[in-house]
Amino acid sequence: MAIMTARDEQEVRKQFERLRDSVKLVVFSQSLSAAELCRQNEQLVREVADLSDKISVEVLNLAIDRERADAYGVDQVPAIVVEGARDYGIRFYGVPTGYEFSNLIDAIIVVSTGEPALSDETKSSLAALAGPVDIKVFSTPT
Amino acid sequence: MAVASDLVRATAIEATEFPDLSRAYRVMAVPKIVINERVQFEGALPEPEFLAAVLEAVDAK
Repeated sequence: MAIMTARDEQEVRKQFERLRDSVKLVVFSQSLSAAELCRQNEQLVREVADLSDKISVEVLNLAIDRERADAYGVDQVPAIVVEGARDYGIRFYGVPTGYEFSNLIDAIIVVSTGEPALSDETKSSLAALAGPVDIKVFSTPT
Repeated sequence: MAVASDLVRATAIEATEFPDLSRAYRVMAVPKIVINERVQFEGALPEPEFLAAVLEAVDAK
């Protein structure tokens, strides 16, 4: 059974008209931990990717593909890396449903266009950052 | 922000699926934002205030 409703699909398809460059969704799963959540996560990512030719999916195993996981800095499952022309450092831990689902769609669009929806002031401040910034956002589906 | 700067990375975490992480970061309400393990706040902030928190987290290093 599909996770996305026909209405979700229609809405996302419309938003994906803004996609420019190709996007790769790298999914990390692991059957030993959180098997059901990993399965749901893979299914949701595939359903999203089916809505645009510009989106590809690669499914990796956290335990087996350790080098790739280290390179992406991923240490939890289910995880999604949203990669555009390069890896911008955007990760999702957990199945992105509800509120997180719109964030996933937004992340796909922003890595594809390379154009963050930020003010010029914010962009110039970020361009002059003195050091690395790690932002964690905890949320729940509702 | 992660797209605007190579120095920024952003991780969205589903709090209920990662209870250990949520406990470690004392997540009581969502959204909860933790920047560089030191600056933290709950609730969505307008962009200028969010940026100020990012700059504070970098300066605190």
